[in-house]
Amino acid sequence: MASSREVVLGRIRAALSDRPTAPEVPRDYDQTRALGDVIGLFAERAADYRALVRRVRWDDLPAEIESSLRARGATRLVAPADLPAVWRVPGVVWSLDAPAYPLPVRTLDRSDGVLTACAVAIAETGTIVLDAGEAQGRRVVTLVPDYHLCVVREDQVVGTVPEALASLEPTRPLTFISGPSATSDIELDRVEGVHGPRHLEVLIAG
Amino acid sequence: MGRNPVTWLGSPTFPTAARTALADVQLRGNLAHATGTIRTKREAAVGELPDWERLRRAGEAIKDDVLSNLDVYLTRLEAAVTARGGVVHWARDAAEANEIVLGLVRAAGATEVVKVKSMATAEIGLNEALEAGGVSAIETDLAELIVQLGEDRPSHILVPAIHRNRSEIRDIFRATMPGASPSLSDRPAELAEAARAHLRRKFLSAQVAISGANFAVADTGSVVVVESEGNGRMCLTLPRTLITVMGLEKVVPSWRDLEVFLQLLPRSSTAERMNPYTSVWSGVTPGDGPREFHLVLLDNGRTATLADRVGRQALRCIRCSACLNVCPVYERTGGQAYGSVYPGPIGAILTPQLGAGTDDPGTASLLRSLPFASSLCGACYEVCPVRIDIPEVLVHLRGRVVAEKPAYAPEAVAMAAASWVMVSPRRFRFAQRLLGPLRLLARRGRVRRLPWPASLWTDSRDVPAPPRETFSAWWRRNRG
Amino acid sequence: MTTRVALMATCLTDTFFPDTARAVVRLLERLGCTVEFPPAQTCCGQMHYNTGYRRQATTLARHTARTFADYDAVVAPSGSCAGMVRDLYPGLHRSTVRVAGRTYELSEFLVDVLGVEDVGAYFPHRVTYHPTCHSLRMLGVGEKPLRLLRAVRGLELVELPAARSCCGFGGTFALKNADTSTAMLADKMRNVLDTGARVLTAGDNSCLMHIGGGLTRLNTGVRTLHLAEILASTEEEPWVATP
Ligand code: SF4
Repeated sequence: MASSREVVLGRIRAALSDRPTAPEVPRDYDQTRALGDVIGLFAERAADYRALVRRVRWDDLPAEIESSLRARGATRLVAPADLPAVWRVPGVVWSLDAPAYPLPVRTLDRSDGVLTACAVAIAETGTIVLDAGEAQGRRVVTLVPDYHLCVVREDQVVGTVPEALASLEPTRPLTFISGPSATSDIELDRVEGVHGPRHLEVLIAG
Repeated sequence: MGRNPVTWLGSPTFPTAARTALADVQLRGNLAHATGTIRTKREAAVGELPDWERLRRAGEAIKDDVLSNLDVYLTRLEAAVTARGGVVHWARDAAEANEIVLGLVRAAGATEVVKVKSMATAEIGLNEALEAGGVSAIETDLAELIVQLGEDRPSHILVPAIHRNRSEIRDIFRATMPGASPSLSDRPAELAEAARAHLRRKFLSAQVAISGANFAVADTGSVVVVESEGNGRMCLTLPRTLITVMGLEKVVPSWRDLEVFLQLLPRSSTAERMNPYTSVWSGVTPGDGPREFHLVLLDNGRTATLADRVGRQALRCIRCSACLNVCPVYERTGGQAYGSVYPGPIGAILTPQLGAGTDDPGTASLLRSLPFASSLCGACYEVCPVRIDIPEVLVHLRGRVVAEKPAYAPEAVAMAAASWVMVSPRRFRFAQRLLGPLRLLARRGRVRRLPWPASLWTDSRDVPAPPRETFSAWWRRNRG
Repeated sequence: MTTRVALMATCLTDTFFPDTARAVVRLLERLGCTVEFPPAQTCCGQMHYNTGYRRQATTLARHTARTFADYDAVVAPSGSCAGMVRDLYPGLHRSTVRVAGRTYELSEFLVDVLGVEDVGAYFPHRVTYHPTCHSLRMLGVGEKPLRLLRAVRGLELVELPAARSCCGFGGTFALKNADTSTAMLADKMRNVLDTGARVLTAGDNSCLMHIGGGLTRLNTGVRTLHLAEILASTEEEPWVATP
């Protein structure tokens, strides 16, 4: 008996016996767009989706992180082990996570939040993208804690979705984040805060 | 609740189900409110992109390329997923897909699985099949949870509980959700919070998760799930084993193609610039996420749909639900009248194709009624992000229904007679004169009541009395 | 040079609404066209086509194409019949391709071909306009009918809420799904009544027959009138209500 794989592939080939020709894909949509001040736009659009956004000076980053955490009252923070040491500000208990010594989910669940960097940010949609690369950690680390503080370097902000995708490595685990967790499931009206982090704060540093 | 793949067993035909739905005042109000809200928002979200029409054309072309070379892209996807540590399974139909999934869950030693909302698993009735096999499936999407707890049926692709309003949802939660507070209010935020608390434990302890896929990239083996709440991320990240069931047509050729769909989909579905979360993974990543990944490629009527030159464009669908939200029929009848997990305009063209060949006579007559559940107003085609000409497919499928009718069926006889009359100017003028006596029934230029089948019209609408002289007669007399 | 135009009256208008067809003749002649009415015309085949009877629709389409073969411009006072000919005839038969490119819906013909918006009409009534689905989405007539209406002297144009929503006619849909069709009609009527207009106009007598049939059934006192009849009405020869 033929395997299901052979059966299904055979059905496909039979279904295509009229040999439809693949059209040329018109790629005349915008790869990039004149969006003006992309950093400002990113800040505005991320805030549109109820992320808390602040623009800060790169040199002040540790102090700004400290003030964010203080404002939030967060004292037990999770971070990927390769987070820049200067970001691990004092006055907070830091739990570091790495694939080799992963934090138990319970620890993540009991933490007050997580601090990471990102891979790229998209101005037009107010999106940050994590690719499990430097200072971003395993996916679970930015998922279970209820508060995610994310540092975006100004030079990481691109204008459009096509620009962002072109800069990403598709085989890495990727997470696109646009605002905190939300749902439109009740009367098709958006409400923030379900299973993912209910609070997203973005520090744009330049 | 009996299940046939795609449709719900025992569902009446569309006109019958619609009559019941139209009389449901609560339902009508809920739907009018929800669809009204989303329509305006979608228009704004789409209006922001100056290249929207070009994106639609690109989306259409990419999907047509996929369909034209489906075997090539699927084998490429299989190779890429396998190379990255995933296991690919092929399923001819619902029964086989369910069997594969149940086998995998059992092999993982789990009796409970968490699920991300997925149309493919709804289509094959996976939850019921798992239940029968002793595995309980927990829906983690808020709307799916509402449907599951309410022992209800879904009525929308994206928001299966769209037919419920906030106070109904509160009542369902109060009655069925373990640990729900009896003082739970109907504030959406509080309802969402209740769902969060209810599901949190399940997420943190789940061993197996089951998801669908919005896209899968052939070149890289990357699978994409687009969601809002974070339940998807929970399922895709926390459990040891991840099983993804995906319709064959969800494959896209290359990573670059996502730059089109990640713009088209969120703006069309939830009217957002970008949905809160999109997850992408390729096979298994050591140390990050599930240790086992299974991808089940589902046919279940798709290859039969692919064989139809006109009907195959339905396989371009990215399940955004924009066509439902703008449909004047859906807006009034809701989704359950379509008797299938795929309601609305896309359901009216997809369900009859996926379900073709059913041996249940009731299902067959439901399927025959679906292509007629449209006034052909074209609002669906206007919004569809992959430009599926839904009216064209509806008319084509109507033709298939007509072709199966015996020549002596009353409608076929009437239509044959009408065309016989109208193809001859002489017979047509004669028939026009025969309408004259209708004037005798008229009061003030209106006819109020006619026998069946014209009563289908006159039950709610007057018919104008035929004039003393048709235009052609007038022309002959004055100008001819 | 005068433009020679063939009037495609459509089977419904010919049979039930001769005033509309006469109005088209008057209007086009006033604008300097020579109007002819090929007497062999019957039906474009749209009902058969949309109900799934493609073979019979093709027979009717071929008959229609033959009937209008000698004309460079065919004008129909119907968005859906013009849409049928223009959009769907090319896919039916090789003999039905040519007529497709020469067929116009009335408002398009006036604005695009004749290049007029002010047709010199006079119609001193409060009017609202329903854009029928096929004229809107198949033909894309857009604002043209509204531009024509705005130029009519004495006419007070009021905007119809949710104008782009289908009225629920849909050909045989009105019979096969009579309940849904009626529910759609009810909303359309409510929107029409909300405007306070005395006249509802559109470019298609089929939709007007459906909406008008509901409006008279409920004795709303609002009448339906084809766009052509408003545009044909002048100060010298104003439109008069036929009982
Ligand atoms: S048919 Fe088009 S509009 Fe409807 S759900 Fe599919 S992609 Fe969206």
